[in-house]
Parts: sequence; structure tokens; C-alpha cells
Amino acid sequence: MGKLRTLYDKIWDEHLISDQDGTSLIYIDRHLVHEVTSPQAFEGLRLSGRRVRCPEKTVAVPDHNIPTTGDRETGIKNLESKVQVDALRENAKYFDITYYDVDDVRQGIVHIIGPEQGWTLPGMTVVCGDSHTATHGAFGSLAHGIGTSEVEHVLATQTLIQKKAKNMKVSVSGSLGDGVTAKDVTLSIIGKIGTAGGTGHVIEYTGDVIDELSMEGRMTLCNMAIEGGARAGLVAPDQKTYDYVEGRAMSPKGENWEKALKDWKLLFSDNGSHFDKVISLDGHDIAPVVTWGTSPEDVLPIDSVVPDPHEFNGGKIEAAKRSLKYMGLSPGQRLQDIPIDTVFIGSCTNGRIEDLREVAKVMKGRKVKDGIRAMIVPGSGLVKVQAEKEGIAAQLKEAGFEWRFAGCSMCLAMNPDQLTAGERCAATSNRNFEGRQGRGGRTHLMSPAMAAAAAVTGRLFDVRNL
Amino acid sequence: MEKFSTLEGIAAPLPLINIDTDMIIPKQFLKTIKRSGLGKNLFDEMRFNQDGSEVPSFVLNKKPYRQSKIIVAGDNFGCGSSREHAPWALLDFGIKVVISTSFADIFYNNCFKNGILPIIVPTEDRDNLLDDAEKGSNARLTVNLEMQEIRRPDGSVVSFDIDPFKKQCLLDGLDDIALSLEKEKSIAEFEERQKSCRPWV
Ligand code: SF4
Repeated sequence: MGKLRTLYDKIWDEHLISDQDGTSLIYIDRHLVHEVTSPQAFEGLRLSGRRVRCPEKTVAVPDHNIPTTGDRETGIKNLESKVQVDALRENAKYFDITYYDVDDVRQGIVHIIGPEQGWTLPGMTVVCGDSHTATHGAFGSLAHGIGTSEVEHVLATQTLIQKKAKNMKVSVSGSLGDGVTAKDVTLSIIGKIGTAGGTGHVIEYTGDVIDELSMEGRMTLCNMAIEGGARAGLVAPDQKTYDYVEGRAMSPKGENWEKALKDWKLLFSDNGSHFDKVISLDGHDIAPVVTWGTSPEDVLPIDSVVPDPHEFNGGKIEAAKRSLKYMGLSPGQRLQDIPIDTVFIGSCTNGRIEDLREVAKVMKGRKVKDGIRAMIVPGSGLVKVQAEKEGIAAQLKEAGFEWRFAGCSMCLAMNPDQLTAGERCAATSNRNFEGRQGRGGRTHLMSPAMAAAAAVTGRLFDVRNL
Repeated sequence: MEKFSTLEGIAAPLPLINIDTDMIIPKQFLKTIKRSGLGKNLFDEMRFNQDGSEVPSFVLNKKPYRQSKIIVAGDNFGCGSSREHAPWALLDFGIKVVISTSFADIFYNNCFKNGILPIIVPTEDRDNLLDDAEKGSNARLTVNLEMQEIRRPDGSVVSFDIDPFKKQCLLDGLDDIALSLEKEKSIAEFEERQKSCRPWV
């Protein structure tokens, strides 16, 4: 019998082309490209007269820059954004890469459309010039973010130079209580391990709670692996994965489907395989959480109070002081007493159909509180259409939400959707860094259900008490 | 890429932990389709007020530190996004070395692709170097990559570890796309194999 291997080991071995003293060349099965981190890479290719090695394994979509209002199809007003999106369209055409343009219903956030179109499949290596590529790990594919030089490297060679990471297991046992979602799980994990807790590791998520999560939930979970410092997160594929993947545009069909299925069933960590680090959580202990500071690790159950910086150690004391000043909060303040101005529901963390259904469920018979600006941005054109079909769009518009077109929107302020200084936002996105949603803007991360509860009450609020 | 061998220069102290890529280069500057010219926006929201005037207390706005070539930073430098604009902005400003106890993976890798040397040292050494960096015009460090040493203003030496392959690439200023393309044959063989055993990829 061979050596016991983790899921990460197996995918790694399968894609290893060469290894010299621990510096490895691995093959990349899928390369997702967006407008922000690719122009310099394409320019590099042109300058050196290189071509894209496998255009058929590469897909491009604009998402970060584009406005989410209906008039975007007639042109992007911000000149720099327009130049970047035009560059992507032009590069995709020149290098013969599949491209979903702004007016294509398949357009959306790169990490939502990858799985949606079946580009992402179990056992693959997937990269994108974007740190939230970790999302695709939900399918049991080794997926991580890369920089622009690496984007150019993958375009030219379909490979990546890598050092093998360490194995880390995060197991979540038991089950989740009412009102507790994948977002609360992933935030709670980061709260526990810290934003550098997974650095140098690939995380595999296991346990009953993970088994029970839907594919959408697993994507939310893996999406934020990077916020825990890990380049990639993984969930071993199971029947839910196969069901999600089956029948998608780029998924294998017929004989190939059977072949693939056989292959995918071998994608799990062998019993007794070695993990360098193991973290365990009990699902029963996880509550709906929100962040209070400017790092995703600044997370607490909603019924807590804002911490005193002196509760921390080392450099975190100064960092927490700075966070509280930026966030306009003081120690001891009840999280539930914090009023908000804005609600943002969307992003590659929580912009999928299941998230919108969750919001619709909470909003049933309720309205967005007067004076609160509340915005829903579906993660893709297809999510938008689906929600419109299910009546979710009509219900939420009626409840007082703005209903937008697909894109990154207010997750990061590169497009017109931004917070103004001091504006406080309940957001379903993944980063609460200073200025992330607009200079001086204050972000509290939470689940879609919790963001809906904030919309109803105008403050941070425990959805279970609604 | 420019070769890196030794560097002598002013080191700026940035003791804050978890300095993220949004701090290093805020997203509004990611709309460029070029690599150059980002230095003026390095640490933009910490360095400048909303009206564009300088924040006098920010270290890179202070006299000797305007010429910094080195940053000594708090733990977990460069966390957040994969934007290579972060090292591009550092480089364009003139920073060629960042010293911390830990770096986020993607940022760490991106540095090497651009001729920036990120150095990991134990907490105690970092804290000593932070003290050195507080010394204004005397905050000069000398970094020798070949020897894997940082020389402090008092003449003492802090040594550091670095992956041999990464070290060599920096020393030689190597383009790793060209290096990988030398393995063309192995890549093609891999693709042939994959076509037969995993035809759906
Ligand atoms: S939604 Fe936010 S985190 Fe996701 S890809 Fe877009 S900007 Fe990045």
C-alpha cells in the first residue's frame, strides 16, 4: 500500500510536472481572468511575443470595475475603469479566450461564474489573479490566488512555480443552530486562528457541519480561507458536489462524465493521513457573528460588547486601538446598539442564489427601515435572473432594497458603489479593511441573514430575535 | 527584472500589525494598465488627507524617511488581496526590502517577481531593527543577500533564511517564464497524459 495522502497531496501529486529541491512546477487546469490584475500580464506576453498556451482552459470576465446600474451597457462613465474593461475585451479577443461581456447574462463575479458555468471541477488546479480564488476549493479543486507576474506565467506556460504548502485540517463537528450559517462558521474560524493562522498552509474543512453545508455554503466557507491566511481551502467532493456540477455548460458529458465521476470519488484524505496543524470547532458553539474592527479576525458573537484593546497582546493592542478609532466605537459598547446607515448584500462570498433566498426568508412580511440605504447585488447575471423568476427580486424591491446588476459592487470601491467617510455598513462581503468599501467607510461583516436583520432594525441585530 | 545583491539605505519603521494590501495601495489606484507610477500613491490613505495634503505624522512624510529604501514592519505584512500593485507601488517609491516576522503568502511571492526582497526574522530581531529604524537619519541598514545578512547601524549583524531558488532568481534577476518554458517538453508530455486519462479537463 502506498503512502497515506491528504486530499491536497493527491491533487498536488496529480499536477506535478517537476520538482527541484522543493521548488515545483505544477500544471494549471483552469485560469480565470478579470480586468484588474491582467492588463500588465497580457502586455508582458505581447512584448515578449508569447502566446496564451491554452486559451481553451482560460476564461475572462469583467467584474471589479463595472457599474451595477442598468445604464452600464451603454458605456462605463469612469474613464479609467472603461480603459481597463476595454483592455480585457480586447486581450480576450486577441488571444482567443472565452469572454463574458457586460451584456452577457453569464457575466458576473469571476468566482461565482467559474462554478456556475462548470469551469471549476473537482480535482482541478484553478488559479486567478485574485485572492478569493480560494472559493473554488469548495469543489475539491486546488484553487488559489496569484499575482500579475504569475498570471503572465500561467498564460504563457499553463504552469505555476510553487512550493508545496503544509496541510491543515479544520474540523467543525456537531450541527449549526437556527440562524447560524456558513458565513458565521468561516468568520468564527478566522476569529479563532487569526488572519495569519493559515499562512503557509492549505486548509481542508471537514466534519459534520461541513458535510451538511450546501455547495453555496461551502463556497462561502472556502472563499474566506484567504482571510485566515491560507492560500487555498478545500472540501472533499461528495454527492452534493456531483449534483451541482452535473449538466453545467463546461461539465463533462456522457462517457466522460462517468469517467470523471470515477476519478472524483478518489478525492478524499486517506484515513490517518498527516496534517501539520489541526483545529477543531463545535458547531453548537458557533453563534451569528459580526466584525467590530478592521481585520476579519475582529469577530464576535452578536450578543457581545466591543472589546477593550488591552484585552489583547503585543501588536494587536495598538491595532485594536486604531481599529476602534477608525470604526468610531468604544470598548464596552453593545454590538447590538450600533446603528448602521447602509446594507450591502452581494460579493463572491454571499452573492449566490441561496444567499438571496436567505435574505428573502428573513425579509418576509418586513421592510427595510426608513432612512437605511439597502442594496442587493446578485453575483452573476444568472443569479439575478433566477431570483427574478422566483419572485425574490420583486419581494425585496417591495421591501425597500435596490436591485442591481451583477458585479463586485460595494465589496471594494473600484466602481461607483462606495461608502462615504463615516458611513457604516452591514456587509456580506469578506474584507473590513480601512477604506475597503470607500475611504473612511466603516464595514461590519456578517451573513446575509444578519445583514437583512440589520436592514429591518437599522442596527446590528441578532436575526434570531427578529 | 533588476538584479539584487546588496542594498544600503534608510529603514522606515511601520510597527502596525496586519498591514494589508488595501493600505499599501488602495483600490482606486488599481485601475491602471501599467506597472509604473504607483509610488506616489503608496500608503495613500495613511500618507495623505482627503484634500491631498500630507499627513505630517506618517513616517514616509518625515524628513529622512522620504528616502527610505527599507521598511521594518509589524507581523503579517501584506495580507489581503493578490494585487501586485502593492509591490509595484513599494518599488516605485524606492522600497526594495521589507523586514517583518511574517508575510502573507501571495504578497511574499509577488515581491520576488519584482526584485523586492522580503526578509523574515524572529520577533526579537525585528524589534531591534524597529528600534534602529526609529533613529531618523541614523536609521541605515545594509542588506546583503549573498551573505543573508542585515548590518545594523551599530555594526552588529542579523542573519536570515531564504529559499535558495528564490535567492538565486533575485541575485540573477531571472525571468521565470523563460525558465519554465525550458520545461516545454515535460509540460507537453503532461498534457498528452492528461488528455488520455482526464479528457474532460
Ligand atoms: S466580490 Fe469582492 S472579494 Fe470577490 S472578487 Fe469581487 S472584489 Fe474580490
